[in-house]
Amino acid sequence: MSAPLLDRGDIRVTHATGVTGALGVLVDRVRSGDLGSIPVVIGLVIIWTVFTSLNAVFLSPNNLVNLLFDCSTIGVISLGIVCVLMVGQIDLSVGSMSGLASALVGSLWVDHGWPVALAIAAAVLTGALFGLIYALLLNRLGMPSFVSTLAGLLAVLGMQLYVLGPSGSINLPYGETLVNFGQLLVLPPAVSHALAFVPGAAVLLTGLRTRSRRTAARLSAASLGSLLTRSVALTMALEVVVVYLHRGRGVPIMFALFLGLALAMQYALTRTKWGRSMTAVGGNPEAARRAGISVSGIYTSAFVLCGGLAALGGVLGAARLASASQQAGTGDVNLNAIAAAVIGGTSLFGGRGSAWSAVLGIVVIQSIASGLTLLDLSSSLRFMITGAVLAVAVIVDSLARQSRASHGRA
Amino acid sequence: MTDNLKTRSRPGKLVLSLRGVSKHFGAVSALTDIELDVHAGEVVALVGDNGAGKSTLVKILAGVHQPSAGTISFRGQPITLNNPAAALDLGIATVFQDLALCENLDVVSNIFLGREMSPLRLDEVAMEVRAWTLLNELSARIPSVREPVASLSGGQRQTVAIARSLLLDPKLIMLDEPTAALGVAQTAEVLNLIERVRDRGHAVIMISHNMEDVRAVADRIVVLRLGRNNGVFNADASSEDLVAAITGATENAVARRAGRRAGGGQ
Repeated sequence: MSAPLLDRGDIRVTHATGVTGALGVLVDRVRSGDLGSIPVVIGLVIIWTVFTSLNAVFLSPNNLVNLLFDCSTIGVISLGIVCVLMVGQIDLSVGSMSGLASALVGSLWVDHGWPVALAIAAAVLTGALFGLIYALLLNRLGMPSFVSTLAGLLAVLGMQLYVLGPSGSINLPYGETLVNFGQLLVLPPAVSHALAFVPGAAVLLTGLRTRSRRTAARLSAASLGSLLTRSVALTMALEVVVVYLHRGRGVPIMFALFLGLALAMQYALTRTKWGRSMTAVGGNPEAARRAGISVSGIYTSAFVLCGGLAALGGVLGAARLASASQQAGTGDVNLNAIAAAVIGGTSLFGGRGSAWSAVLGIVVIQSIASGLTLLDLSSSLRFMITGAVLAVAVIVDSLARQSRASHGRA
Repeated sequence: MTDNLKTRSRPGKLVLSLRGVSKHFGAVSALTDIELDVHAGEVVALVGDNGAGKSTLVKILAGVHQPSAGTISFRGQPITLNNPAAALDLGIATVFQDLALCENLDVVSNIFLGREMSPLRLDEVAMEVRAWTLLNELSARIPSVREPVASLSGGQRQTVAIARSLLLDPKLIMLDEPTAALGVAQTAEVLNLIERVRDRGHAVIMISHNMEDVRAVADRIVVLRLGRNNGVFNADASSEDLVAAITGATENAVARRAGRRAGGGQ
């Protein structure tokens, strides 16, 4: 027999092989509390089944396209929340921040005649600046982010009202690209079909490259079959979704932007040194510091990203509504953004999470909103149901955390 | 400090030199006027009772705490260690008593934490190979380097922490209670490893309560008591002398107990 692989030398460890083995590993993981995105997928299936049975319009292509438009605005804010939750912090001011950003764009672009790109950049930079302030308060003064961002919530709301002035709202001109972007623009069918092929191809190509490198380094590697299966399944699923959406208006460019941002963040969180440091700081800040990581630098990057993304989400929200008003960013925006990240599986306790949790979570929340709107139910019921779903998500997170601890997983 | 002691191996150049190092935590003086010299290619054991200041001294040298007074010279240059990164960059690696691992990260990530290969596109394959090489050098028994550290036993975590300290080929490596959580075979491996690191010309500072381990590998034994230097011994110093220096009296609990046992056995 040839020498064992570098990572298969320990005879005490069983290594799963084949399809049944892979399934067994999955069952083990779930049992020990390493749930990943399974609860949210199950929840989504239940929600969709219930709403479709109550009103068949729910699953119609055009309703889903609308759903995706709505998802994109708060989803982008939620991506920022994932960042701060990863390092075990929180930003409660993202709602107001998005409101201030929409007011800034309205004021600078419409009232002051700035080029729209410049106005958007100014709004995003303002968001990043507030993130920087929270990070300074945390790093220099040790002010808990829970408190500093609560103070920020009020301060930023005040600035939003100040920027909007006595009229209280600014209408964005219809027909402009920004408003069309938020309400109408979809990807041409050829482009969306082509884009749907990219993830599967990327999975296959990077998988093959990793496989050949691991084999050369005498490490165990994924089988060719499993790589192909994953790639084909992913491509087929995406193509089905794209085909279905194109029976309606198509795939919103705004949603494609949201997915692109989520993809970039997921890459940054899992494949870069910065992401490793984020996870380490969220898990054990003192250990991260002793490993030579600049913990305050990591906190700063998380808060700045969160503020910037909250502002960008606010700009998208203004485009979606074609107006910047006193209501923008108030009400449930704040909690929906935080709830989406948590429902999607990012831990409130830090050190665990992914950008995809923002995508899954916001789809759940907007599905509830859309379904209840179709049933002509008031927002009172929507708040109650979303609240209950959030409570369930946090309970699942808590229980899974305890279970992981007792099963020896982080 | 009496430095004319005969040592087991021929020590090389002076690597680390502490003069008059003190550390106060409020009204408490954890360390007072500490002097310590460590040469390349020697193992210095730091012993002392609980609260003697051993871990505080290690944390100062690791950049975790800053000294209240005194000078630290590393390879002939006076240095200030403002943060752990500064110590790591100079080539001072530390295995802390609490190990300082991130439980939510896997073994490879922990070993390479803060020192990842190709920061913008992590080279997981190369890092995993290097991790296995380090772990195999330590004869480690780690089932999988892709499991989170939370799933490992105390001894396995200790090995991971030691493997991490070796990653950068440090000039000085400090081990705070390296064998406390280890089994018989792993302890022997760690002691072998300390000798191997020493033979490669690195300086080693080891903290231990286990006199057997200390005498097995140490070239010199530095005793701390209540935050002050309390003698330097050769590895062949008698157990009574060491205990007396550690506890500060020939008449101490250990001697009384030994006397009682000897008396009872007759």
